[in-house]
Amino acid sequence: MIRITCPFCGERDHSEFSYGGDATVEYPALDASVGEWNEAVYKRSNPRGPHKEYWHHLNGCRSWLIVERDTLTHEVGKVEFAHPGLRAAVEKTA
Amino acid sequence: MSGYRLDDGGLINRDNPLTFTFDGKEYTGFEGDSLASALIANGVDVVGRGFKYHRPRGVMSAGVEEGGALLTVGGGRFREPNTKAPVQPLFGGLVATAQNAWPSVQMDVGRINDVMKRFLAAGFYYKTFFGVRGGTKDWMLFEKIIRKAAGMGRASREPDPDSYETAHAACDVLVVGSGPAGLAAAKAASDAGKDVILAEQDFVLGGSYLSRPGGIDEAVGAIDALRIAGVTIMPRTCVFGLYDSGVAGLIEQVSDDPGLHGVRQRTWIVRPREIVLATGAIEQPLAFGNNDRPGVMQAGAVRTYLNRYAVAPGKRAVVATTNDSAYAVAADLVAAGVGVTLIDAREIGPDAPDGVKVMRGMVPIRTKGNYVLKGVEIGTLDDEGYAAAHDTLDCDLLAVSGGWTPAVHLTSHRGPKPVWNDTIHGFLAGTTNEAIRTCGAAAGVYDHDGCIASGEAVAQGEAGPQPEEGANPAMPLYEVKSRGKKLKCFIDPQHDVTTDDVRLAEREGFVSIEHNKRYTTLGMATDQGKVGNVIGIAIMADASGRTISETGTTTFRPPYSPISIGALAGRGTYMHFRPVRRTPLHDWNLAQGAVMTDAGLWKRPWYFPTDGESMDDAYIREMKAVRSTVGLCDVSTLGKIMVQGPDAGEFLNRVYVNGFGKLAIGKARYGVMLRDDGIVYDDGTVWRMSETDFLMTTTTANAAGVMAKLEEFLQTRWPDLKVQLTSVSDQWAGIAVAGPKCREVLQAVTTECDLSDEAFPFMGIREARIAEADVWIARISFSGERAFEVYVRGGSANAVMDALWDTARPIGGVLYGTEALGALRIEKGHVAGSELDGRTSLDDLGLGGMASSKKAFIGKAMSEREGMRDPDRLQLVGIAPVDSDKRLRAGALLDSRSDMVDQGEGFITAVTDSPDLGHWIGLALVKGGLKRWEGKEMISFDPARDGNTAVRVMSPHFFDPKGERMHG
Amino acid sequence: MSKYSVWSVLREGLRGQTGWDRAWRDPEPKPEYDVVIVGGGGHGLATAYYLAKNHGITNVAVVEKGWLGGGNTGRNTTIVRSNYVQPVSAQFYEHSVQLWENLSHDLNYNVMFSQRGQLGLFHTPAARDAQAKRVNTMLACGIDAELLDREQVQAMVPHLDYSINARFPIIGAILQKRAGTARHDAVAWGFARAADKLGVDILQQTEVKSILREGGKAVGVETSRGTIRAKKVGVAVAGSTGHVMAMAGIERLPIESHKLQAFVSEPLKPLLDYVVSYGAPGSHFYISQSDKGGMVFGGDLDFYNSYAQRGNLPIVQDVAECAMAIMPCLGRVKLLRHWAGIMDMSMDGTHIMSKTPVDHLYMNAGWCYGGFKATPASGWHFADLIANDRPDDLTAAFSLDRFERGYTIDEKGMGPTPKLH
Repeated sequence: MIRITCPFCGERDHSEFSYGGDATVEYPALDASVGEWNEAVYKRSNPRGPHKEYWHHLNGCRSWLIVERDTLTHEVGKVEFAHPGLRAAVEKTA
Repeated sequence: MSGYRLDDGGLINRDNPLTFTFDGKEYTGFEGDSLASALIANGVDVVGRGFKYHRPRGVMSAGVEEGGALLTVGGGRFREPNTKAPVQPLFGGLVATAQNAWPSVQMDVGRINDVMKRFLAAGFYYKTFFGVRGGTKDWMLFEKIIRKAAGMGRASREPDPDSYETAHAACDVLVVGSGPAGLAAAKAASDAGKDVILAEQDFVLGGSYLSRPGGIDEAVGAIDALRIAGVTIMPRTCVFGLYDSGVAGLIEQVSDDPGLHGVRQRTWIVRPREIVLATGAIEQPLAFGNNDRPGVMQAGAVRTYLNRYAVAPGKRAVVATTNDSAYAVAADLVAAGVGVTLIDAREIGPDAPDGVKVMRGMVPIRTKGNYVLKGVEIGTLDDEGYAAAHDTLDCDLLAVSGGWTPAVHLTSHRGPKPVWNDTIHGFLAGTTNEAIRTCGAAAGVYDHDGCIASGEAVAQGEAGPQPEEGANPAMPLYEVKSRGKKLKCFIDPQHDVTTDDVRLAEREGFVSIEHNKRYTTLGMATDQGKVGNVIGIAIMADASGRTISETGTTTFRPPYSPISIGALAGRGTYMHFRPVRRTPLHDWNLAQGAVMTDAGLWKRPWYFPTDGESMDDAYIREMKAVRSTVGLCDVSTLGKIMVQGPDAGEFLNRVYVNGFGKLAIGKARYGVMLRDDGIVYDDGTVWRMSETDFLMTTTTANAAGVMAKLEEFLQTRWPDLKVQLTSVSDQWAGIAVAGPKCREVLQAVTTECDLSDEAFPFMGIREARIAEADVWIARISFSGERAFEVYVRGGSANAVMDALWDTARPIGGVLYGTEALGALRIEKGHVAGSELDGRTSLDDLGLGGMASSKKAFIGKAMSEREGMRDPDRLQLVGIAPVDSDKRLRAGALLDSRSDMVDQGEGFITAVTDSPDLGHWIGLALVKGGLKRWEGKEMISFDPARDGNTAVRVMSPHFFDPKGERMHG
Repeated sequence: MSKYSVWSVLREGLRGQTGWDRAWRDPEPKPEYDVVIVGGGGHGLATAYYLAKNHGITNVAVVEKGWLGGGNTGRNTTIVRSNYVQPVSAQFYEHSVQLWENLSHDLNYNVMFSQRGQLGLFHTPAARDAQAKRVNTMLACGIDAELLDREQVQAMVPHLDYSINARFPIIGAILQKRAGTARHDAVAWGFARAADKLGVDILQQTEVKSILREGGKAVGVETSRGTIRAKKVGVAVAGSTGHVMAMAGIERLPIESHKLQAFVSEPLKPLLDYVVSYGAPGSHFYISQSDKGGMVFGGDLDFYNSYAQRGNLPIVQDVAECAMAIMPCLGRVKLLRHWAGIMDMSMDGTHIMSKTPVDHLYMNAGWCYGGFKATPASGWHFADLIANDRPDDLTAAFSLDRFERGYTIDEKGMGPTPKLH
């Protein structure tokens, strides 16, 4: 069980979350070219080691989170809201 | 072996004799006995047969490492194969049977394999049995025989009648093991103010205390102190695995006989901050000739039987050792009145205990006896490490200590490979940066006081005592090589792996320890190498001229010892295997006689038979009624998502292929959304309640997925949009009221809302009240008839449905289920799940015209790819049989020829008998679609069921293609 | 090298097993080969074997960082079948089954392919139609398949759960009789031995550090045992594909590495004579019994990117629930071991066997759940691709550029989310 500390709910089992994939992928504008979309939709760097990834707190607060996790050890580092507004709000209260 | 009960002592209750049977014969033991101790006390010496050679096996140990006494406990539905007798507490009425023997353990015909053993070397089956004919037939003949001979216990074929459950816990410190180190660690952690759980796999706490004379009393004191301190103590609880973030999996044996309402085992998922492993060490055997004979035991186990169970496993004992630990065993044997000779492979060693004859520099070469142990040939080692016979000692018990190796399995579960330690000649846990620490014998500290000090220190974050060589260093012997006649020297008694097997594998190039393990099956038996791994690796190292450290070890995997599948499943069985989702109208539907069907996790009404109708009759009747009068259908399973906020319109514009920004308030619109890759994802309607409030409906299957995807968009891709999402799928029920008389029915129950075409046009939405409940009504149609959908809070759904049904029934209305729902949509050519199969594009489904050219949307870019525009893509068409009496089948393939090869030209996605058209119709996906095939004949190819049928391709809009009925 | 047969086993039995040679040599790397295959798993070894056997290219090295078959080859649940619904995949896997059928003879090594049959259970009328389509597709591709009703399934395996207590009742099954199981380790060893016999050098404990390129062409590999030049380089490293391809400057691929757990019970006397898979809504489970007697089973991925060859509890529990749902008699059967393999999950659920943007560098990856059963066909066609520098008819569809061109092969229709395939 990977334990993820949701900034809203606290430390929880990963089974409460749904994995959302590589968080470093930047989706292009909707009217961008096929080439740009192809990169975002299909290409992954798939690192062995530190990985920035999305987790959706599906059975919790429903926040999308950016989690730093090592794909080799599953050690979890920084966890923050994916939404920049929420991130800023957390920083303000911190 | 001629074991017997001692007159006094032991942690057994002599006032509570328990009767049990082994292979049909009745015996008596005492409360506190293990099955193994009770069998030994009754003089039972042969309890099983080896895996490969079917040689007789007796009890070899006193713990989970047992390699000989694997029995089936219980009968019928209760039979549990491969139970390790030393860890099974005796209970009254226990029924045990021997395994892997026919007709009996005494007279097992499988013994023929032992005679053939020279041919059955490691890996022999890779070299033969595949026959001379090509193909797999020959191998499969051999396989039948091999399968019967292999395996161990026989499992029941009836459902396990017992119950299991899952529980959760958290604590500061989880201490594993309740020996001297574990008890000391738990006390120290508790004294430091920590919340402690102490787990012990045995049914009695105390670990190695219990094997020492007088140790039981010492343990009781230490355990009482923990109870007073408030430590949570969990006996009969095996920590079977350590997982990520320090989460531990435990299985608690709650009861051996839980009865109808009790729980047999409980899985615990524990989330500790720190873990202290006090899991002890496992005594290692020595490899010598016929060292598997009943009567050969681990020396430490002998001590446990003497002191804990007051059982002497033999009358005349030889103790063979390479280290000091077995001297105490010899002393305890003498104290119990058993005559003892101790042979020590070393020239050094402690003084001989009183009454023990000690022979130094002497090793066991081979056991003697026919069936059970009668004696042991001993000898000295020459300079090259080969033994020369010296004498034969008569004995019925041979207690062997080849040294000890720490139980480092749990740390190994976390990844760190065990590290060889030359001081203790065993593997220590690899280093980890996780909060897992090891103490006591598990850390290579073998003396009793050292274990206590180690437990105390480690619990406080200190290093504590370290492994020491001691005054008389142990001799790393592992194997007694002999120049004489080749005898089987077992390393892994369960899988019958011998020293020759390891050496042969090495000669054949299986030099990696992982290869050697897999080729010889060493360490893959139910003890996972607890007994044989170290000597196996040592012999491998010797054969390949490497050190043990260079040879390395295999990876220990969870579970630490085998755990039942039932316990892991917990309560998630039968109807609780997956949640059952019921709509608010579930009971109402059942009361009306609905036959239910599974739709994902939902239970939905499939059809409503009257007077014993078949499904076909029922759904055709339901369809006809919808087309001629009116039908009511529970559509509550549709996803319902409130999309609210100033940017809701823009958001929907991006998500759907068609535009929503200009949707008028009070109107609904059909929408289709794509995946990022341009494939159709979902469809539904969107209702605009106000400038900023929309209700989106989704398909039943994608309700949760769409919600998660929309949240992803808002939180990760477009955080600037001011939109709030709320799933109301479970809060709101939906009822379709469809058919020419729908307005009549609805108007009767909602008088204040004008349902006329002028006031409530097609795709209009209105708030209203029915049966004193607030409802939303939308004039939308899936059936193609004039129709409304009524949405109401779940709690009022029954009242609203009652009101509608009371009005509909007298005028000939029906309730209809998913079968009719699906059939009606096929007549209309509406796409659903079987066409939205995750591979179809908008154009494929004939929906290309919906895509807005004025805006971009999710999936648009990728829809432009060459392959998405290929004229050979599978596209939606309608089909009907050429011979109108023929039926169609979903899942049939379509081709222009009847002798189809490869994939054909397409396939049928959905079919129904159409009462309006008077014949079967179907939807299909065909290469090139209508453009290529309209009006042409194809062959429906369905060898799975019906064979070939000629069909004609046509527009999928079979019924009322202009939609006059739903508008009118 | 001695040929394996019943006679050699008897002869060696009589002379104390002293006459067996090494199964494969342990050679020093040569400075140059015609082809270097990176990855000593089943696929890499099979590729080397078929390069030598089918194409006469014997100056080949297989370079393996650890020990042969140490990855997914030796970690899977050993199922071999060709019941795919996308025709190109069905045809590819069918070729594999055909190669499996004669593989023991071909390699002179018993890979124990047991064509005991696979039953794919279904639980709803819609699923029956979907399975009928699968049967029809398979039959059209010349593959054996049958659609069974509940009674037929019950007659074959009476101890599945047919009771009214079942959450998802069994209403029938698809049967592929020629499907079955094989002995996974033996596949690696058998291919290694046979390839070695044809002259292939198998270099274990040899880690590739970089892929050498000159003028846009791959020309060899830099390894922990020195530089090895090669006219062509083939990469067959499953979960490590991203890692190795990055050495050739191909940093991003349509692949994610996920872990898939596998489970084995204690050995039992024969309990299940078929491979059975379970496909109730939201469930994925498959089980068979090994010749040694262990129940071998597995389920879903752990659902997050991972290179750790160990699993976590939620899937352990889920798989146990599935086991009980299908065979409630397993309650008292004990789990002996569970572990995990690293799956190269592609973006459409189908493998990639392709030329790459670097000339003379070929990739073979993205096998998702199909890797073990594909082993011989993968080797066969990858060897063909490398030898001829162009894909054959059965391979063309599996190109790397199919994603950008819009020709994905989506077996499950789950789209570009690797964890869902």
